[in-house]
Amino acid sequence: MATTPAPTAPRSAVRSLLRLWPYVRPVRARLGTAAVVAVVASCTGLVIPLVLKWIVDGPVADRDTGGVWLGALYLLLLGIAEAALFGLRRWLVARPLAGVEAAMRADLYRHLQRLPVAFHDRWASGQLLSRGTTDLMLLRMFLAFPLTFLLVNSVTILVGVLIMLAQDWTLGLVLLAPALPVMVVCWLFEKRYSQVARRAQDQVGDLTTLVEESVLGIRIIKGFGRHRSQALAFRDLSRTLRGTELAKARLLAGIFAAITTLPELAIGAALVLGTVQVADGDLSAGTLVAFLSTALALRWPVESIGFLLAMSQEAATATERYFEVMDAAPESGTGQPADAAAPVPVPTRARARSQNRSSDHDGLRFENVRFRYPDAEAGSVPVLDGVDLHVRHGETMALVGGTGSGKTTLTALVPRLHEVTAGRITLDGVDITAMPRQELRTLVAVAFEEPTLFSAGVGENVLMGAADTAGEAELRRALAVAQADFVHALPQGTDTQVGEQGLSLSGGQRQRLALARAVVGTPRFLVLDDPLSALDVHTEALVEAALRRVLAGTTALVVAHRPSTVLLADRVALLSGGRVTAVGTHHELLRTNAEYAWLMSGRTETSERETR
Amino acid sequence: MTAPTTTAPTDDDSDDRNPPAGAPAGGGAGGDPFDRDALPAPPRATATLLRSLLAPLRARVVLAAVLLLLQQAAVQAGPLLVAYAIDRAVPALRDDDHGPLIAVAAAYALCSVAAGALQWGFVLVSARVNQDVLLDLRGRIFRHAQALSVDFHERYTSGRLISRSTTDVESLRELLSEGLQELITVVLSFVYISAMLLWLDLGLGAVAVASFVPLYLLIRRYRRRAGRIFGVRSTAIAAVIVKFAETMNGIRPVRAFRREAANDAAFHTLNSRHERSNGDALLEMARYVVGSRLVANTAVAGIVLWGAYRVASGSLALGVLAAAVLYLRRLYDPIDRLGMFLNSYQSAAASLEKIAGLLAQVPSVPEPAHPRTLPPPASELPGREVVFDDVRFAYRTGGEVLPTFSLTIPAGQTVAVVGSTGAGKSTLAKLLARFYDPTTGRVLLDGVDLRELAVPELRRGVVMVTQEAFLFSGTVAENIAIGRPDASREDVERAAKAIGAHAFISALPDGYDTDVRKRGGRISAGQRQLVAFARALLADPAVLILDEATSSLDVPGEQAVQRAMHTVLHGRTAVVVAHRLSTVEIADRVLVMEHGRIVEDGSPGRLIEDTGRFADLHRAWRDSLVEERTG
Repeated sequence: MATTPAPTAPRSAVRSLLRLWPYVRPVRARLGTAAVVAVVASCTGLVIPLVLKWIVDGPVADRDTGGVWLGALYLLLLGIAEAALFGLRRWLVARPLAGVEAAMRADLYRHLQRLPVAFHDRWASGQLLSRGTTDLMLLRMFLAFPLTFLLVNSVTILVGVLIMLAQDWTLGLVLLAPALPVMVVCWLFEKRYSQVARRAQDQVGDLTTLVEESVLGIRIIKGFGRHRSQALAFRDLSRTLRGTELAKARLLAGIFAAITTLPELAIGAALVLGTVQVADGDLSAGTLVAFLSTALALRWPVESIGFLLAMSQEAATATERYFEVMDAAPESGTGQPADAAAPVPVPTRARARSQNRSSDHDGLRFENVRFRYPDAEAGSVPVLDGVDLHVRHGETMALVGGTGSGKTTLTALVPRLHEVTAGRITLDGVDITAMPRQELRTLVAVAFEEPTLFSAGVGENVLMGAADTAGEAELRRALAVAQADFVHALPQGTDTQVGEQGLSLSGGQRQRLALARAVVGTPRFLVLDDPLSALDVHTEALVEAALRRVLAGTTALVVAHRPSTVLLADRVALLSGGRVTAVGTHHELLRTNAEYAWLMSGRTETSERETR
Repeated sequence: MTAPTTTAPTDDDSDDRNPPAGAPAGGGAGGDPFDRDALPAPPRATATLLRSLLAPLRARVVLAAVLLLLQQAAVQAGPLLVAYAIDRAVPALRDDDHGPLIAVAAAYALCSVAAGALQWGFVLVSARVNQDVLLDLRGRIFRHAQALSVDFHERYTSGRLISRSTTDVESLRELLSEGLQELITVVLSFVYISAMLLWLDLGLGAVAVASFVPLYLLIRRYRRRAGRIFGVRSTAIAAVIVKFAETMNGIRPVRAFRREAANDAAFHTLNSRHERSNGDALLEMARYVVGSRLVANTAVAGIVLWGAYRVASGSLALGVLAAAVLYLRRLYDPIDRLGMFLNSYQSAAASLEKIAGLLAQVPSVPEPAHPRTLPPPASELPGREVVFDDVRFAYRTGGEVLPTFSLTIPAGQTVAVVGSTGAGKSTLAKLLARFYDPTTGRVLLDGVDLRELAVPELRRGVVMVTQEAFLFSGTVAENIAIGRPDASREDVERAAKAIGAHAFISALPDGYDTDVRKRGGRISAGQRQLVAFARALLADPAVLILDEATSSLDVPGEQAVQRAMHTVLHGRTAVVVAHRLSTVEIADRVLVMEHGRIVEDGSPGRLIEDTGRFADLHRAWRDSLVEERTG
């Protein structure tokens, strides 16, 4: 199964969580106020036992019924105050916390959109998705409860202990006795729980990936009747996850037991000791009631520390996972948020050179382009090794090469979906690294071999390829060129929703729409990756006729597998062994280049000769 | 190189005229449940689902309940011991009787230890229950989704299926791991404490019980209001997920067409919608907390007033008042947590309902209850006879794709199906592969209806290679071995060699053990089709269906495949759907389809001689190759 890259060196939970500060900063005032309010509310709760003590030792002992009324009134007021304060706390943080979650998700999305394509090749989208959903929900919950209540409960415990010490310091000390062992247990717990929590979260990511693939590859699974093996893989993964979750539960069970028993034992000891003191007359009955009542009021703060720590730990892991992605460097110069300090690595030398030689009609030029995938081993053979190619202005160049020769890779370099490892690519004399990507991608339109449509109207999908000013006329023209007039027969014409949440279209239909998208903006440079592969002969001929008109004024690079597509081009380049080994017209190459002839006809030169 | 969309491409060339059933009928006004992300589930399906999940774990559920029951008893004994200490042990001590005190000490110690130990046991037992339920549920969703027809997948979309098995299961996990324990604890402590209070003093207890009425009303109101909000929220997050997944899966076109900013804006809208409902939910919770605290604190004040009044007038023991007060604080403590439980309950209920809706979908291509086996092959050769017997196919919404027809393909024949886009070629292929079942009529394999074959038997009989060559994460070898999981490495390599894929696979960094990473990012479309072929070869079926399976191959690749096919298809029955006529060269017979009908049927040679459509198509195809010929 695909797993995420191994996590970086483990950092402490606190250090991880501190990284949330930039997102918490905008709401710090509210969050801070809420924490203070919660502390006050919590301490209000601690005053209630004191009022009880006053009632028991005062009016009750004195049989003063009027005093009882007063005490009850105090209690009521305190109760109202406590309720109001707790409500206030929640009201204060409700919107801001939802905001923090949303902001983090928006940032993640923004960032992911701008990460290099190579990053997306490496990361399964299930892993990214689980960061954008479950992990962020965990973080919101952390900000809502553990963060506030670790503070609130600490203060409450501290104040409670002080109150108890003030009332009777020996009893107070007895109650404090378990503090140290509880802390040790918590510390041990935190260390071990963090590892298991991380493992569980990663396993959830892997499970998500498996689910996603099983859905996307459903035809293959069904076609080969592989439900069972797929289900077995799923069962293994989900069982592993279950095992990890049970390991988590074992740790939790241990800490819960410790946190329940130790303080309770102390309370029992205090009760016995207090009873003796009351009997001896050293302590008033009211004080003992108040004391125990305070101790019991502290029970929730103490017990909750276990799950608060667990939640914090999970939040810390979630933060790590979140920032693993956020720390990946985005593509340079793609209009990052203003505060991103990513410098634009413009090779100044290249730029100077290109400007010297700049001419408006130079077309598309590859100069000694080398490319190796960023995650490939340093010593491995590059996919492209010294590609030199010049597509003249207004010319259509077909790119031909064997399966896996790097044609698609080469086309991905032009709009800078991948960065050249060495060498350079120029558009009309300007190095593509010298212009902002947005501008570059406005100049260059692409149609991918696998046509992707987005959840939007058909028209919208096509118009993505054009400037915002483009309208109905451009859309019609582009659809006509791509022979995609079937669009008008769809239920709502060009407004018909397609993509993930809309009508599903056939491969050929999607390919034609992708082609329309590429030509709608009448781009100066056009890169088409085997744009006609899914079309039948008739449609292909029609598209070609229309494309020829479009290509007349455009500098185009067209990946071609078949003679029919090659015929669109003025010249053909043969990609072989990582470099362009021949350039010429279709006829020239058929005559002079054995490999080309083989690629186009499937016959080796010898067999060709034999047939002549 | 581009990762495919999450959209399930239909490969279905019949869509040109007939939108598939998923298409909103005449305007997408929401008439189709698929549009609203809410599949109809039978009434009470959610409860039935939950029951069926818990039923096999009944013993453990009972054990967990008993553990919690005892644990709460141990925990709630504390104040009672306090009352006993104050009212009995203190006077006894004054009389130098240490018995009661020692009893209190022993009892308290016992209760503390028991509370901890029982807690430990409960967490372990309940965690097992929870995890088993989740395991079961995840498995059910997964298996069910896999059992549903291709047709269903085309309509339901992958994003929804993924969110069913991730976020929706996650919300149930939250309910089980935190919520249910809360609920039982709360209910138990309510019962225990009320009983204790009533036992200590009937009057005080009655007041406490009376305070449950306003609390109940509060809870009911919260449940109603929050339920609405949670419904909105879960729809909102689903929309966020769909957008997110779609963007990440289509990252190349997103980049190439500079969709980043527009996507940011669109995502912002969806994200804000979720943020708003999320905030609404939190505020609703705040409202509930204020209300319930207010009721609780008022009740405490009232009970203390009355109790103290009675102690002052001598009709109540001080210890009883103390115990009552201690109990009261505990009584109302868990109310907030009850709110949290309701939170997770509401969102889990919404999720469960969606899951139940999914699970209630009946597979339209069901496995047979009493499967039959194929008769032993008539000859040495692997091929089997295929018969379409008065078959008609129409989408459920009514669009007829294939009018009634009959067709017999003798064992061992290779049939090419050609025709323009939208002629129904793929539908024919899918009927034979049993991706769909015919609306009327039967598809027979050696005389056995496909509907009567169990999946393993069916797939030994028929395998289909589609144009869309999806790679699963794992190694190349594993991807090929999908064709036959028990195949040895030699078998895998032999299949790859036969189809001409061995060379490129050997050139990969780790050869056959190369991880294809995320959906085959580094393996070109043509290479993926070769892997898909190797997979099909390895499966070694009686009938092989190739649906536009060579569209991304270059000419030598295609020819290598065809050469391989010559040997591979020998004796096998094959149906080759193609829009390129090169495939026809290996066919014994050609079917030309138009508007869902087979308009020509004959050997390639005869059809070329004819003046029919095939002759036209063939001429057009020859013309497209003419340059090559002249060269």
